[in-house]
Amino acid sequence: MTMDTATLTPDTAPPPTAPPAPYDVEAVRRDFPILGETVHGKPVVYLDTGASAQKPRQVLDAMERLQTQAYANVHRGTYLFSAESTRLYEAARETVQAFINAGSEREVVFTANATDGINLVAQTWARANIGAGDAVLITELEHHANIVPWQMLRDAVGCELRVVPVTEDGALDMAAFDRLLDETVKLVAVSHCSNVLGTIQPVAEITRRAHAVGARVLIDGSQAVVHGPVDVRDIDCDFYAFTGHKLYGPTGIGVLYGKLDLLEAMPPWKGGGDMIESVSFDKTVYAAPPARFEAGTPPIVEAIGLAAAIAYMRGLGMDAIAAHEGDLLRYAMQRLSSVEGLTIHGTATPKAAVISFSMAGIHPQDLSMLLDRSGLCLRAGHHCAQPLMEILGVTGTTRASFGLYNTRADVDALVSALDRAREILA
Amino acid sequence: MTDTLTLDDLSETFELLDDWEERYKYIIDLGRKLEPLPEADMVEANKVRGCMSQVWLTSEPIPSDGAARLHFRADSDAHIVKGLIAILLILFNDRTPTEIAAIDAEAELNRLGLDQHISPNRRNGVTAMIQRIKAEAAQAA
Repeated sequence: MTMDTATLTPDTAPPPTAPPAPYDVEAVRRDFPILGETVHGKPVVYLDTGASAQKPRQVLDAMERLQTQAYANVHRGTYLFSAESTRLYEAARETVQAFINAGSEREVVFTANATDGINLVAQTWARANIGAGDAVLITELEHHANIVPWQMLRDAVGCELRVVPVTEDGALDMAAFDRLLDETVKLVAVSHCSNVLGTIQPVAEITRRAHAVGARVLIDGSQAVVHGPVDVRDIDCDFYAFTGHKLYGPTGIGVLYGKLDLLEAMPPWKGGGDMIESVSFDKTVYAAPPARFEAGTPPIVEAIGLAAAIAYMRGLGMDAIAAHEGDLLRYAMQRLSSVEGLTIHGTATPKAAVISFSMAGIHPQDLSMLLDRSGLCLRAGHHCAQPLMEILGVTGTTRASFGLYNTRADVDALVSALDRAREILA
Repeated sequence: MTDTLTLDDLSETFELLDDWEERYKYIIDLGRKLEPLPEADMVEANKVRGCMSQVWLTSEPIPSDGAARLHFRADSDAHIVKGLIAILLILFNDRTPTEIAAIDAEAELNRLGLDQHISPNRRNGVTAMIQRIKAEAAQAA
């Protein structure tokens, strides 16, 4: 099952009582030390997982264990520490491969984050395959990370950048997509799940239609891989980029999945150690992928932390996480709709547990400052998606994004803090 | 009304309001009483950069005996920010460029327990506003 299916679709009539829990969320919360902290004397209610997720003890321990017991640089020494670090680093690659069901661990390139992965494709594959007269197709839903690299490509090679509009409820306008998609389009770059609206795009269908006209497909999956199972071979996309820190892993580590034949044909981007087969002053032979794209000492500790995060999520079960968050989404949509003057942006389904909203007459900045005093962590502003804000006709929104550790009590805390804020600001 | 208030008055009021909600309400109220900025001045050139909300600021020299004093008007689309502006203007308004340059805004806001709003990583624009006021004063000096 992939996130194309409507597993996260909220029902029209949310259940008044919680269904049987897919896992013991209170036990899960105890794995996240930071959730026991207080903010301004109040228990923290963390609703900004879409910006960055908190880390379970298992991730912190894996990173500390490596650095206290067997740390050394990878792919270099024959001594035990280096061999052990290398084994764990490469095992992390296999963990990622299994997590997204890539065909081979060689299709998994470790990057710094999703932005880094998208830029890698823009600077290598795209520069070699896209020129004047060609087009790149993106959407109005994109994060700046999936807009700016293509604008830079456009300015460098003179290609066209086309933008698929969104419908009023936050879905992609697929009729417009079909109109904009023709043989001049060489790449479709689309987010799997909107970081602002939580709406999930039909990426398998998009990929099928793109391939039919000979275009390649890159998916920005940072918001999608955290909410449920993703299968890159089922989607059949050519590239899939995501970051580790939204996935309960550390910062500084991301993943670029690429089909092996594409990676093998791609020139390197950054040059340096570890990405070469042999070097002389006359001629350097580049290593095969993924090493070709991992110049310099990689984020070793972070890759191992990411693998621990994936192991943690798979321990709970990706379907169980999707079910838990699906319940939270239904409950939150129901509770928030009772808040006076509140408008939810992006009600199209399927939708992940990411809710952007505005409150009549209340600036998102005021709101987030008041929510902060109640111990709530929410992001206010343009969410690195200024074009989408313009389309929504707002300067910014307030966003509640839920993770596997959130509870219905967190939703209740949000709703009562919103009511309180409305009284203060009214 | 706000221009007759001093920081000492504010500090006393804040001590009476021990609950953060009451303090925020009071700050919002200060913003509501701020001298209005003419709509014609709400233009790009008067925008203070580095704010999550929109903030506009104008300054005009007013004649006085001796050095000219600077009169500021400002507005924001966010209520709490507008209140913080009102507090900044209590500090800075109708003073000479030399006086403005000498004011340690951070220390003054500290007295009100508002220092958390002016750390540079808080992107509510208070820091940007102080920099803008100081720059205008430097230019007028």
